[in-house]
Amino acid sequence: MRSKHVFMAGVAVLAAAAMAVAAPSGGTISGKVTYEGTPAKQKVIDMSKEPSCAKQYTTPPTGEAVVTGAGNSLHNVVVYISAGAPDGGSAPAQAVTFTQKGCRYIPHVAVLQVNQELKVVNEDQTSHNIHPLAKANREWNKSQPPGSPAISEKFDKEEFIPVKCNVHPWMHGTFAVLKTSHYAVTGDSGGFTLPNLPPGKYTITAWHESYGTQTQDVTITGGETKSVNFVFKAKAY
Amino acid sequence: MKTKVPSKRLLCLSALAILALPSLGSAQESHIGKLTGHADSGKQLYRRFCIGCHGPRGDGQGENAPYVTPQPRNFVAATFKCRSTVTGTLPTDEDLFNAITRGFNTTNMPSWAPLTEQQRADLVAYVKTFSERWKNEKPGTPIEVPAETPVTLESINHGKELFQKLECWKCHGPEGRGDGPAASTLTDSNDQPIRPYNFSAGTRFKCGTTNQDLYKIFITGVDGTPMPSFADVIKPNEAWDLVHYLRTLQVSRKGPESDLLKAHGGAAKAADKSGK
Repeated sequence: MRSKHVFMAGVAVLAAAAMAVAAPSGGTISGKVTYEGTPAKQKVIDMSKEPSCAKQYTTPPTGEAVVTGAGNSLHNVVVYISAGAPDGGSAPAQAVTFTQKGCRYIPHVAVLQVNQELKVVNEDQTSHNIHPLAKANREWNKSQPPGSPAISEKFDKEEFIPVKCNVHPWMHGTFAVLKTSHYAVTGDSGGFTLPNLPPGKYTITAWHESYGTQTQDVTITGGETKSVNFVFKAKAY
Repeated sequence: MKTKVPSKRLLCLSALAILALPSLGSAQESHIGKLTGHADSGKQLYRRFCIGCHGPRGDGQGENAPYVTPQPRNFVAATFKCRSTVTGTLPTDEDLFNAITRGFNTTNMPSWAPLTEQQRADLVAYVKTFSERWKNEKPGTPIEVPAETPVTLESINHGKELFQKLECWKCHGPEGRGDGPAASTLTDSNDQPIRPYNFSAGTRFKCGTTNQDLYKIFITGVDGTPMPSFADVIKPNEAWDLVHYLRTLQVSRKGPESDLLKAHGGAAKAADKSGK
């Protein structure tokens, strides 16, 4: 009996795997985000007023308004489908975690879907206040001393919301609240992939906190992978 | 035949007007106790008394605005400092009424107590017409302020502990003089410099004068400024302890808290748990 159960379970797993593979994969849009020109040099953050954070770094960290990598890659760019995508539907049940650690935000840009739960966690030995400077959504401001439970919030309108800590003026981040579930944030390589797109005409938007937004139109006809690249003009100041 | 067309149009228009009325009605009234304020009367008063700073569109861009610091409130954004409601929510009509009555200490907003209560209620109704939020959202639920606990030495000392633990001193300074390490870097939501309250001056708070007002200020936060809400991190009775300690920081103001502390040597002692 036992072996039969195991066998059945195995079959179920295989079937599930097969279904995942066979699910309508659709087309894919992928590419890379780069910059041209010379980006402003990011200043070294002076954390001397907050020793509990300063001691977490061997070399002091720099500001994150522009983060770049090899091959002129640009990080922290939100690439998403701003038009043409089937509606994101209801928000995913999984919360997005936004951590304050070493007096910095991890991730620097947190992407949420409209009404998706945001969990703000403080792992530092100092108080932070989380202050999203929302315009379309409600602006709020909450204190979170060390050891406090996570703050749970959600935003009901699409918006790129700058978030800051007033106590530590170098702490800046973004809550990117999107309607779509088709999005990516560029990391080390500047690359992004938007998979599982049914045939259709799409507008792709790339957003960067210092360099603004760019859009491109792409048409997907079947299961192909379309390459789309974005080049931002770096600002020296 | 021709005369029929306008009458049809008129019919359509009046039908539209009737449809639109219920939603407009609620947004253009205010209710403060037994008073009902009306936006149409409020508009006349606004144009006489408020327009110079807050502007014809209520966006805080009146002709005097360039000469005013901090900038006049932007009613279109509908972010309000003094609320009885949780951070991020709209204030109650009474909150706005109290703000107009009281004025804002350390700003150019004077007290409008010389106006009648009815006039102030009318102004509240009109101020609420500038933002769509008043149509789409309801004011937040007012926070519950429990009965004040007795002023005791224990309460004051525990309040000092909270002041340290919650790091109020980062902005307000170790003695509440508004000179904490973060004080010089603070900006409001318009990115303009703003100073933390200096307790030692003993002046009125922006959002009132009573212990209840002080309780509300740190529980609800002062939206649009760096002052956050501590609603999730202070228990209701502990909040009174903090109120009692904060009062002792107002060294130039007489009060039961300061008197008690003076009778006991003059310095609050937080239980030292850090072992420093």
